[in-house]
Amino acid sequence: MTNKAAVEGHSLANIQPTYVFEAPVRIWHWLHALSIFVLCVTGYFIAYPLPSVGGEASNHFLMGTFRWLHFVAAYVFTIGFLVRIYWAFVGNRYARELFVLPIHKAEWWKDLIHEVKYYGFMTRKSHKILGHNPLAQSAMFFFNVILTLFLIVTGFALYAEGLGQGSWADKMFGWAIPLLGGSLNTKMWHLTAMWLMLVFVVIHIYMAIRADIMSRESSISTIIGGWRMYKDDLP
Amino acid sequence: MAHRETFYEVMRQHGITRRSFLKFCSLTAAGLGMGPEFAMKIAHALETKPRTPVIWLHGLECTCCTESFIRSGHPLASDVILSMISLDYDDTLMAAAGHQAEELLEQTIEKYDGNYILAVEGNPPLNEDGMYCIQGGQPFVEKLRHMADHCKAIIAWGSCASWGCVQAARPNPTRATPVHKVIRNKPIVKVPGCPPIAEVMTGVITYMIAFDALPELDRQGRPKMFYSQRLHDKCYRRPHFDAGQFVERFDDEGARKGYCLYKVGCKGPTTYNACSTLEWNDGLSWPVKSGHGCLGCAEDDFWDKGSFYSAVTNMKVMGSAEADADKVGKVLAGAAAIGVAAHAAASVVSHMSDKSRKEVRHD
Ligand code: HEM
Ligand code: HEM
Ligand code: SF4
Ligand code: SF4
Repeated sequence: MTNKAAVEGHSLANIQPTYVFEAPVRIWHWLHALSIFVLCVTGYFIAYPLPSVGGEASNHFLMGTFRWLHFVAAYVFTIGFLVRIYWAFVGNRYARELFVLPIHKAEWWKDLIHEVKYYGFMTRKSHKILGHNPLAQSAMFFFNVILTLFLIVTGFALYAEGLGQGSWADKMFGWAIPLLGGSLNTKMWHLTAMWLMLVFVVIHIYMAIRADIMSRESSISTIIGGWRMYKDDLP
Repeated sequence: MAHRETFYEVMRQHGITRRSFLKFCSLTAAGLGMGPEFAMKIAHALETKPRTPVIWLHGLECTCCTESFIRSGHPLASDVILSMISLDYDDTLMAAAGHQAEELLEQTIEKYDGNYILAVEGNPPLNEDGMYCIQGGQPFVEKLRHMADHCKAIIAWGSCASWGCVQAARPNPTRATPVHKVIRNKPIVKVPGCPPIAEVMTGVITYMIAFDALPELDRQGRPKMFYSQRLHDKCYRRPHFDAGQFVERFDDEGARKGYCLYKVGCKGPTTYNACSTLEWNDGLSWPVKSGHGCLGCAEDDFWDKGSFYSAVTNMKVMGSAEADADKVGKVLAGAAAIGVAAHAAASVVSHMSDKSRKEVRHD
């Protein structure tokens, strides 16, 4: 009777819709997702270019365009992330969840274990949680804070190679290249980080859709409209 | 102290005319990317400053750096420079041999303590107390340490001295170690390349002895004047790269048309060297010009970075398994997709069985 235990052990009872994701968070989410999509596609074709185009070189700018798009999306990705960090300070308490894992709270760990059980089909009962559930939150922290920062640092270090030594990007991020063992290795790690990001995206989108259908609170409509709604009045 | 001769005097003694000397100065200024007025500065410095001796040591190496150096595009430059430096000690080039030669080292230390430049070609192997490279009955690493203790600055010639190169490639049985990891208390100028371009070598050494200063170095200790850009930044095939025109195979139409070599493994986009600007053999050609990609010879560990014919590296990811980082990524992302599909199917099944059992109403 895992279900009962889970119901009893859980104290968060709320049936009122709650405003969870403020507008800047939602706008950031979709800009972030869009820029990642563009960065993955263009990045992949930078690493593995398309079959050659014919004719005069001066008539084409295919790689140049991919690189240009990559850099535009990179700026959206980076500046968006900086604004999101700012919002963590001034926004509501859910705006901070992405950046701060409350690992000092016993309850958080309990919820985390519950969540692992839930997705492992060991319990049927899902929790009602206003912000992110702890499992999602941990994944979010690793993939969206750590990995995002890694992609930004390695990305701008590579970008600095084009801007040249002494450029602002070189001064800020150039140190990453010797640290990672040279330019080629930096590219390799940048590319590896892309694949890790894709692992997150696949699982994240699945979880979002699954939660929308199967769990007891709203999910996709929350990241679009901001309000968390509940489908039942159980605790 | 007795009068210490100037470079100019030494050159004249070696039969170099004043005219050649001045030509050499302008060639060097041009090679260093400096304005014409610097030719006179170099000339003035060489005429007035006491000669700085250069000691040239050879550790584990193949002598390709020396070979490159003595084939400098401008015979004048190599003549002049050789006359300046071979006086002191270079076991490949000097006339002296045996004990006589080794004595020269001690004499240099005595006469010029703290005032000579130590040029190192190759590197010391550290395993078995350095026994893999013995010179004059003594491990090379000890000779290197001894000479480094008394020098003013070190030039690390080539990829061996700068990074380790082929003798340090995995599994590096002799533990060949680049100079900066053995000598930590002296300024070191890295001049990587396998070998470095002759004009780069002559340029660096002339700069150091003429101006009695280190050239401006980048973050990794390479002179900025030759190593601040990737080959890719100045490659004449770059318009084909930007257009998206690539050699797909070495015998295809693109190869004949001189398209970009990225897809057949060119490391130009990740290699810092002057090949695409100075070129080789007096500007005759360089690898890309002759139709082959750059191997990345001036970069750290270039032997261990996967195939020379793939521009995306595959390397040791974990332990000793050789794996393509990109393949690992694809497998991970694929596994996530399959895992998601399986989990979705399991969700549907568990949902339906819940329903049929009417156990839980609220999934
Ligand atoms: C590149 C793709 C994406 C990335 C990197 C990404 C990242 C994120 C991040 C970081 C959050 C947390 C927001 C915050 O607390 O500030 C989030 C939330 C969310 N995302 Fe995405 N997202 C992506 C695509 C999508 C897509 C396509 C969907 C819809 C199918 C989606 C649905 C959601 C939902 C429903 C939430 C709210 C989770 C909750 O209810 O706790 N995401 N996403
Ligand atoms: C989600 C984020 C990102 C992804 C998935 C991504 C993906 C990629 C990939 C796959 C490559 C090709 C690597 C190779 O050739 O092996 C690449 C190259 C590159 N990326 Fe990113 N990237 C991201 C963010 C950034 C950011 C924030 C910047 C900052 C400006 C950046 C700058 C670059 C540069 C300069 C290159 C090299 C381009 C060239 O050499 O032509 N990237 N990226
Ligand atoms: S041939 Fe090599 S260096 Fe030249 S543009 Fe292509 S990738 Fe860059
Ligand atoms: S083209 Fe590349 S491999 Fe060839 S000498 Fe230059 S840096 Fe070395």
